[in-house]
Amino acid sequence: MTGEEFNTLLGLCQFLPGPNVINLAVVVGKRYQGVAGAVVAPFGLLAGPFVIVLLLALLYDRYGNLPIAQAMLRGIAAAGCGLLFAMAWRMEMAIRDKPFFLPFTVLTVATIAWLRWPLPAVMIAGLALSGGVAWWRLGRK
Amino acid sequence: MIVGELFLEFTLLAFVAFGGATALLPEMHRVVVENHHWLDDTTFTHLYAIAQAAPGPNVLVVTLIGWEIAGLAGALAATLAMCLPMSVLIYLLIDRWERFSGKRWQRAVSLGVAPLAVGLIFSGATLIAQAAQFGWAAWALVAVTVVANLRMKLHPLWFIAVGAALGLLGLV
Repeated sequence: MTGEEFNTLLGLCQFLPGPNVINLAVVVGKRYQGVAGAVVAPFGLLAGPFVIVLLLALLYDRYGNLPIAQAMLRGIAAAGCGLLFAMAWRMEMAIRDKPFFLPFTVLTVATIAWLRWPLPAVMIAGLALSGGVAWWRLGRK
Repeated sequence: MIVGELFLEFTLLAFVAFGGATALLPEMHRVVVENHHWLDDTTFTHLYAIAQAAPGPNVLVVTLIGWEIAGLAGALAATLAMCLPMSVLIYLLIDRWERFSGKRWQRAVSLGVAPLAVGLIFSGATLIAQAAQFGWAAWALVAVTVVANLRMKLHPLWFIAVGAALGLLGLV
C-alpha cells in the first residue's frame, strides 16, 4: 500500500462515523486478506489495550475511592480536557472557508453542550445543513 | 436487562459517532449519566481520565463505561456495540465509497462533517470540565495544556503525566 493510498483511506475513515482506527483496520485488513483480514486486524488492534484497560478498571474498583487516586485522576482529567480543547482548535484551524463553516461548530456546541439535545437529531440536521453549504461552496469554484 | 440495553444504546451511538469516540463523550454522558443514571458524574470523569492515560485507541473509554455498569459482559457489549455496526457497513461499502472519492457530494459530506466534529469535541471538553467541577487550579492546568500542546511537539502522554503528578501533589 502506498502512502497516498493509505492517506485516502484514512481520510475516508475519519469522515465516517465510528472509531476511526477500527474502521481503518477493517479497510486495510480487507484490502490484504479479505474477510479474514477485516476480522483479525481490528481484533489484533484492540485485544491488548482491551485487557490493559480492564486491569486498570480492576485497580480503579479496588483503589478508586482513595483520596490520592481521586486526586491523580482529577489531574489527568484536567490535562485530558486541555488536550481536547487543543484538538478542537487544531481541527477548526484546518477548516477552510471558516466564515461559512464556523457557525456550524457554534451551533453544535450550543445544541449539544448547552441545550443537551440528543446527538442523532443534531447530527442529521447539522449534516444536512453543513453538507448543503459545502455542496454550494464546492459548486462555486 | 442492563447489558442488552447498554448494547442497544451504544449501537445507536455508533452510527452518529462522526469524529470518533472522542466526539461521542457528550452523548455518552447524556445517555449513561443523565438518562439512565448508570454512573455518576465523578465516575464518568474518572473513566475518561483512565482511558486518556491508558495505551490504545481512545474508543476504549467505552469499554471502561461498560465495565463499570455491568462487569465483563458490559465491557464486551459496549465495545462490540461501538465497533461492530460501522465495521460491517464499512466492509460492505468501502469499495463503493472509494469509487466516489473526489465526487462533489462525497467532498461535500467530508467538508460538512468537519465543523460538526469540532463542535462535538469542544462540547466533550466543556462537559468533562463541568462534570469534574474544575476549580481555578484545574482550569489553569487546562489552559497551560492547550497552549503547550499547540506550541510544542510533545507526546500527549507527557501532559497526562504532568496532570497526574500535579494531582498527586494535591495541586489541582
